[in-house]
Amino acid sequence: MLSPADENELVEAVASAKSPLKIQGGGTRPIGHDVEGETISTAKMSGITLYEPGALTLVAKAGTPVDEIENSLDAEGQMLAFEPMDHRAIFGIDQTPTIGGVVAGNVSGSRRVQAGACRDFLLGVRFVDGMGNLVKNGGRVMKNVTGYDLTKFLAGSRGTLGVLSEVSLKVLPKPEATKTVVLRGLSVDDAVEAMSLAMTSPFEITGAAYLPAFDEGGSVTVLRIEGFEDSVAYRTGKLSELLKRHGQEGDAQDAPTWAWIRDAEMFRGSESDLWRISIKPTDAPTVAERLGGADLLLDWAGGLIWAGTAPGFDVRSQLAGIPGHATLIRASDETKRTLGVFHPEPDALTALAHSIRQKFDPKGILNPGLMG
Amino acid sequence: MELPQPDATILAKKNRIVRKLHAAVPAGEVITDEVETRAYECDALTAYRCLPLCVVLPASTEETANVLKVCHDEGVPVVPRGSGTSLAGGALPTADSVVLGVSKLNQVLETDFDNRIIRVQTGRTNLSVTGAVEANGFFYAPDPSSQLACAIAGNIAMNSGGAHCLKYGVTTNNLLGVKMVLMDGTIVDIGGAHMDAEGYDWLGLICGSEGQLGVVTEATLRILPKPEGARPVLIGFESSEVAGACVSDIIKAGVLPVAIEFMDRPCVRACEDFAQAGYPDCEALLIVEVEGAPQEIAMQLEVIKGIAEKHNPVEFRMARDADEAARIWLGRKSAFGAMGKINDYMCLDGTIPVTELPYVLRRIGEMSKDYGLEVANVFHAGDGNMHPLILFNANKPGDLETCEAFGADILKLCVEVGGCLTGEHGVGIEKRDLMEVQYETPDLDAQMLIKDAFDPAWLLNPAKVFPLSATQTRRNPARTAA
Repeated sequence: MLSPADENELVEAVASAKSPLKIQGGGTRPIGHDVEGETISTAKMSGITLYEPGALTLVAKAGTPVDEIENSLDAEGQMLAFEPMDHRAIFGIDQTPTIGGVVAGNVSGSRRVQAGACRDFLLGVRFVDGMGNLVKNGGRVMKNVTGYDLTKFLAGSRGTLGVLSEVSLKVLPKPEATKTVVLRGLSVDDAVEAMSLAMTSPFEITGAAYLPAFDEGGSVTVLRIEGFEDSVAYRTGKLSELLKRHGQEGDAQDAPTWAWIRDAEMFRGSESDLWRISIKPTDAPTVAERLGGADLLLDWAGGLIWAGTAPGFDVRSQLAGIPGHATLIRASDETKRTLGVFHPEPDALTALAHSIRQKFDPKGILNPGLMG
Repeated sequence: MELPQPDATILAKKNRIVRKLHAAVPAGEVITDEVETRAYECDALTAYRCLPLCVVLPASTEETANVLKVCHDEGVPVVPRGSGTSLAGGALPTADSVVLGVSKLNQVLETDFDNRIIRVQTGRTNLSVTGAVEANGFFYAPDPSSQLACAIAGNIAMNSGGAHCLKYGVTTNNLLGVKMVLMDGTIVDIGGAHMDAEGYDWLGLICGSEGQLGVVTEATLRILPKPEGARPVLIGFESSEVAGACVSDIIKAGVLPVAIEFMDRPCVRACEDFAQAGYPDCEALLIVEVEGAPQEIAMQLEVIKGIAEKHNPVEFRMARDADEAARIWLGRKSAFGAMGKINDYMCLDGTIPVTELPYVLRRIGEMSKDYGLEVANVFHAGDGNMHPLILFNANKPGDLETCEAFGADILKLCVEVGGCLTGEHGVGIEKRDLMEVQYETPDLDAQMLIKDAFDPAWLLNPAKVFPLSATQTRRNPARTAA
């Protein structure tokens, strides 16, 4: 395994590589097709290089543990607003997630529906392309339209265009208070309607999730409100009133936590294949119905569906006529090969992706085949 | 400012190109008359002008594709154009180019309140997007100053921001999908009403690519429910340093105002003379706007008041009603007009880390003395997006050049303190040759590789964004081959 300690060593390692590299942060997110190659880990390139709470900016080396960043932010009453999911639960992996991995996978959580995704908070990146060039893009300021936004393009590119060495993020103040409005016993149609009603209200919902079969009591719908104490109390009251006809309010004590929802904990240890489906929220009831026997978790007001299915089941075949995409997050290598991990793109985009990859990585050594 | 030499072979075959373009847009329009094409010779960066070969206004995505195919086959450069409000020369033609305007594409295609999206054709103006949804209690968040006139196409090309993006983000954070035509005429759909398009972040790449990767004809935009209310406060300070420290303290305290606008004394004075908004005479003035229900607004303003008082403001004025709120915004909103009345001006938009505000303002003041040109500062302080307005006299020989040199020095200063050349206006031709101040060769090469993949012959808006010297080998041999 290669473990460069700094950017120079990373440049050297990539420049001299003659065969494929399997790029790894903490190795907690094995999403995509398996890559055969020598592992190169960024874990040793670690540490927060700049944190200015008054400017809402944090810069960290790619291998910095997410925990370390969250602790530093917490000490100043701030947070990563996109609430990155921790994939260890669904993969049963016990290693240390890194910020580089979060960015490489554009990993977000429940607050994404209101605050935005990881890529929306990414201000800049430094990365090493497949030829060993150190490239920087963006910076550490909130607004930057100087040249092409390779920063966003690198977010979610899963190491196929370059190895991230440093990322720069916008952070936000942590809310003083959080309250969750819980509705029990709604059907998926009712729940999606209630979540949509909440999201279109001015009460700033920062999380909207639904579990069709949470416990003996059946389904649970949760809506999160955050902010200053008094404001949260006011908006929670208003929201409850707005949702009155959507059934009975439950106790937040008996509802899942937001971390549990974010991390899709309900799929921990299960044998099922796990799909992540991104659709427009109002299509969620149709998709839920078509997926019949699958275990479901709806987040993002219905815009994100986690589906635990029987091994080998092709979720995409059930999405005819529904715009969006389905990613096969967890399955056997064979199922991944048969069904493909990532949703097929229009031909023109596939061709462009191929062409860009060839330009950024002419040797074909950066996670080849990972994205299909 | 150097512009590439027009390609004589293209000029020579103008008639054929025009004939083919006519056939490409049966419902659209081809403009060749010099009097009419003059309207397209520049954008809002009026110091530079050039008549294009001709102007085409397609009436549909398919016609747009036809036009690009013709230009692709003939090897003709294309300059895409929204409403022509670019301050950076993003829509400036070259003599051998076809201007492709999207102004006929201005329809709302779909509004979907349950999913909080609107799908529009990109010739539609920014403000009229909000106009289409406000009766239902929604708005489209990015609000560039030119929002009455600017088109969504241009907003996407430049990744436009505005005063309220501190809370709501800029165009790229509010764009969910596009229909785009590539230079060879291929039509692609990316994203849609769902969140986070699959695969690479094409939307992120296209947004802010200044019309160099494709022509976006339709956009799916996020719309947001209107807050229950909003209210600004005006705070005056003895010095810019103190105002800067106050901005930082407000942000640190956990209040996230929708806007924090900053004006310095020259700007305050000019606005006051122009609009009589009743601004206090002070060195630095902040307008801070918060949103929410009445009691939430009151609470946030209390927090802000507490912070401001620690910085000994010379004035703290809370708007008690809509009229007072409008008066507070009146001066700020007329800032550019007020400056225009005094003199010609050049508006920059470099962005800096907010912690560097006091230092940068002081340095700009010193440089202003050195160059002998006055500067007024008005900007989005919450996100460090500066707008120094350099005043000059266009009729005085040499003044524009002095102003440009001064502007370049300010932008270099922005980069030096950890910021960037442009926060929301784009590079265009204006800052093209400064790109090497911010980026080193591998940084620019990586960006140009993207252009190579989308548009190998470099026909779309070719002489923008990158230094001409850096793109020379890409533009010329490729075009000759095409």
